[in-house]
Amino acid sequence: MQIEISPNVFVQRLDGRQTYDYRRIKVSFGADYGCCFVELGETRVMAQVSCELVAPKESRPNEGILFFNIELSPMASPAFEAGRQSELSVKLNRQLERCLRNSKCIDTESLCVVSGEKVWQIRVDVHLLNHDGNLMDAASIAAITALSHFRRPDVSSVGEEITVFSPEERDPIPLCIYHMPISVSFSFFQQGTYLLVDPCEREERVMDGLLMIAMNKHREICSIQSSGGIMLLKEQVMRCSKIASVKVSEINELISKALENDKRARKAGERCGYAASLPRGRITALKMDETLVDMTTVMDTAKEIIQEAAVPSEPSSAKHTRAASPVVPAPGVGQVGLGLENSWGLEEDVDEEDEGKGEEEPQMEEQHHERKPRRGVDVVEISDSEEEEVVILHP
Amino acid sequence: MEVCGISNVTLRDFSCEQSLLSRPDGSSSFMQGDTSVLAGVYGPAEVKVSKEIYDRATLEVLIQPKVGLPSVKERSQEQNVRETCEASLLLSLHPRSSLTLVLQVLHDDGSLLSCFLNAACMALMDAGLPMSCLFCGVTCAIAVDGEIITDPTAAQEKECRALLTFAIDSKKCRVMMSSTKGSFSVQELQQCIAISQKASEKIFQFYRDSVQRRYSKNL
Repeated sequence: MQIEISPNVFVQRLDGRQTYDYRRIKVSFGADYGCCFVELGETRVMAQVSCELVAPKESRPNEGILFFNIELSPMASPAFEAGRQSELSVKLNRQLERCLRNSKCIDTESLCVVSGEKVWQIRVDVHLLNHDGNLMDAASIAAITALSHFRRPDVSSVGEEITVFSPEERDPIPLCIYHMPISVSFSFFQQGTYLLVDPCEREERVMDGLLMIAMNKHREICSIQSSGGIMLLKEQVMRCSKIASVKVSEINELISKALENDKRARKAGERCGYAASLPRGRITALKMDETLVDMTTVMDTAKEIIQEAAVPSEPSSAKHTRAASPVVPAPGVGQVGLGLENSWGLEEDVDEEDEGKGEEEPQMEEQHHERKPRRGVDVVEISDSEEEEVVILHP
Repeated sequence: MEVCGISNVTLRDFSCEQSLLSRPDGSSSFMQGDTSVLAGVYGPAEVKVSKEIYDRATLEVLIQPKVGLPSVKERSQEQNVRETCEASLLLSLHPRSSLTLVLQVLHDDGSLLSCFLNAACMALMDAGLPMSCLFCGVTCAIAVDGEIITDPTAAQEKECRALLTFAIDSKKCRVMMSSTKGSFSVQELQQCIAISQKASEKIFQFYRDSVQRRYSKNL
């Protein structure tokens, strides 16, 4: 295939896209507030926002805390390992923090309940479900959409007392969001000769460098990061930022439309959530309505089984008339082998043997005792070892 | 106790989608009412030397909660699911290899463990792994007044006296795994098992329908 150097010339990508094309983006919501699913082509991401009342940081007593956690689930790719911080997860986490926390897109001061004592901690968990490239863009869309969808419980503080209202008592409150930064990724090939927007996984494997620009719809750059050790020219960065501004406004529109649709559906009392958004008409998907289970024979079967089952044999200890109860010498003291009857179904002659063993035991310990000092004398090297200090208590 | 009311024996609406993820070898999402679980299977693949078993495949089950890291509760559910899958999969056909099953909670509205089992079975089917039988999960809740509810919602789970989850196999409707919470009598246990076996027939019919639809030539 012939690929021309000029960016205006038609470049065919593996999935048939043009250079600057994004894959299909689908934004849907879960049944809870603050749960968002994003599909970017085959890449799938889920974000869930949760909140908790905590003590604020000492340096910022009247600001809420934002916490991001990107979970590289082994479901997304066999290369990801569960419960381990890989280089990629640290990089993605840091980039998401720069994109959403450091750009001050969320008003953290409104999350303060009592200055210096109680603030809301907003936690964003991003789960990667399928890795087909450009995880960062999908994660940033999912995280900001989930944050704008989220509602925190209402609180009131009278003096020392803080009351958290349940959703039934008072309507939950949305977060205060100033702007929505969205990350757009560019991959470079052959030392920056070729540029592709929204690289898929196969393109990511062979790319030389990656440029991520986070921007809001006011065309303000919130963070910019170049990785892969590629030298970029000023013009290239300018061109990328121009492309980013177009993409960001498109994605922003999509998000606000999705949020609006969800709001309308919730208001109308329609069923929402992942289960409701199952694609109909797909050959791999099937739905079955609520079904009644035929229960006519259940009671009889259960009764039959119980009657058929043999009565469990009484434990052998029950035969003994003497009730056994453990002896507790003093409160909080437990002892093994005292008080309780032996219920291991031993024959009488075995019992005798047991007694015999009991007699043997002290002898053995005596032997043991005798052996000890001898060894200490013979072997000079270990004479100061701990072994000499072992004291054997006679029964 | 004899005249125990069994009236609420319905299963919520079920839905399932298979091979919806591109990376895993088999994937499925399973929904029971609002409870939804996503499952992905990788394997048979290369196994770590430390986990290698010389005569069969090593099955690893991972459950990812929605918020935070997996805790003791998830670990115990992982073990329940793993032991059920090990009993039905023909692991000896793939010695010295690894199978990984990852389950992601999408929404919890009760009967989560049974949803895990159903999603796991659908994903294993999608991955085309050889199994001796299929399995499904059924959750029964016993209310304070002794009434048995199948496939309870989160609100019903909270109010009930006991919660029982069974994994049932498709060949003889036998119990493969049971996980119980709370106190109940022998009669109630047997009733719950009998109900679960009845309910499992519906679920297996659903499995059959969805596979039939998948391999049909038209919708």
